[in-house]
Amino acid sequence: MITAGIDVGSKNIKAVVLRDGRIAGEAVGSGGFEQLARATELLKQAVRAAGCATADLAHITATGAGRTAVAFAHSTVTGVTAGARAANHLFPGARTVVEVGAEESRAVKTDGAGRVLDSAVNEKCAAGSGSFTESMARALGMTLEEFAVRSTQSTARIPMNAQCTVFAESEVVNLIHSGVDPKDIARAVHDAIASRVAAMVRRVKLEGEVVLLGGMAHNPGFVKCLKENLEVETLLIPDRPELADALGAALVAADRAGAAPGGRP
Amino acid sequence: MMMAPRQEYWRWAEGSWADPDRHWKDARVVTLGIDVGSVSSEAVVCLDGELYAFSTVRTAAGSVESAENAMKGVFERTGLRFDDIHYVVGTGYGRVNLPFAHKAITEIACHGRGANYMGGPSVRTILDMGGQDCKAIRVDERGKVTNFLMNDKCAAGTGRGMEVIADLLEVPIEELGPRSFDIDEEPAAVSDVCVVFAKSEAMARLKDGWSKNKVIAAYCRAMAERVAALLQRVGVEPEFFITGGISKNIGVVRRIEEIIGVKALPTPYDTQIAGALGAALFAHALYLKARGKPQAA
Repeated sequence: MITAGIDVGSKNIKAVVLRDGRIAGEAVGSGGFEQLARATELLKQAVRAAGCATADLAHITATGAGRTAVAFAHSTVTGVTAGARAANHLFPGARTVVEVGAEESRAVKTDGAGRVLDSAVNEKCAAGSGSFTESMARALGMTLEEFAVRSTQSTARIPMNAQCTVFAESEVVNLIHSGVDPKDIARAVHDAIASRVAAMVRRVKLEGEVVLLGGMAHNPGFVKCLKENLEVETLLIPDRPELADALGAALVAADRAGAAPGGRP
Repeated sequence: MMMAPRQEYWRWAEGSWADPDRHWKDARVVTLGIDVGSVSSEAVVCLDGELYAFSTVRTAAGSVESAENAMKGVFERTGLRFDDIHYVVGTGYGRVNLPFAHKAITEIACHGRGANYMGGPSVRTILDMGGQDCKAIRVDERGKVTNFLMNDKCAAGTGRGMEVIADLLEVPIEELGPRSFDIDEEPAAVSDVCVVFAKSEAMARLKDGWSKNKVIAAYCRAMAERVAALLQRVGVEPEFFITGGISKNIGVVRRIEEIIGVKALPTPYDTQIAGALGAALFAHALYLKARGKPQAA
């Protein structure tokens, strides 16, 4: 059976085509304002990469903040559910799932089989999400990659006073002006996000192995700070952490297609 | 090739003023109040406990540098020198670092005192909308603080939040207020919980085909709703007075008045200086007290 999952995030759109439980094709692109058009285009790309046709898809499920924009999807699923489903598909038995995207971050407790037991989401505040690192890297005149790597080289710990992303930007500018080493600023930024995320994890209670999903899992500076804040030795990170929710949606699509014989409900 | 610098739409005008009908040489007591805020810094000179001159500058990297810039503005305007000043009080979040101030007083007390001077003794509720915080303050007839609530954790409902939208829409910050009324119908507010989310929503509305003015209206409304909630928690008792930089944004002020059902007291003064004015008035009282003379009412 072939299904697809589309994750319309606050920044990027991700499409995954799933064939018999494996990723057969995928595509990632910026969302922009024409979300439906972009989602259609990215799904086409993913389908082409999988070597099949859109008509072969038994079920399409959309997820993410903009999931309702995907008019052609047969169903939708929340990001919390999609992320948990993908996490346990990739790492069976893991109980704690942390996901950090551009504007959203969340901590989810699962039963180890992809079902959500509890969750905490940053629904009211952007502090603790990824967009912060981008603006801070820009302020320091670094690429995102450089910003992440330099952060891991820092040995000093500078506290950030500001809780708010907007205020923290001014604070970083002040740190730059007062001659603080950029690598220490980079670490302070990642540490601030990690401490917010860790607070969410504590709300659902850390249990078992921890899976980290979302684009921020690519950032070694953040990963290091999150490990410190959670006091764990390892974080389980898949090869393509940014595709996790789209994968989860495609898995949910397979469940739903299976439950409704004939494919399309 | 020369690149034109990108216009800074958030940048509000710095400036200074002095009362043309008075001269500091005629005064017995000259006091200075300095308010180093997170976004702007003000210096106010009082002659015998009356407002005489002020200057407003953007806060620089350091508190001392910011205070010096503000003082320089008011000294250049009036011809005063530092040695002519009898007493200096510092306030604002940078107040503790000012080596030349005789005393530091919290900005909440100073805004209470400044609003009492500008709005008169009938003022009971003050909203101070600053660059990086927002305070709802209750005062008695002498301007003494009886209760207050403050948001300094989040940019929603602060001047910095307004600067963000000015920059996003590429509209000079002074035009935001008037333009927010140039609409057919008042739109629903964007997110009032987070400036980052409000910014994303504003961008989405623009793509939906909303006019800039309508987006500004939705943003002003979000800010007003956020601030009104703070005011309602502390309780609004007339007369109501607004201080701080955003008091100049009519788009936010009118919407707050509409939500809480109380009009703000009009004033001829620039209310951005309320904190520094309160500091200069405290400086006057403290100087008289130090000299052992009875304090003027």
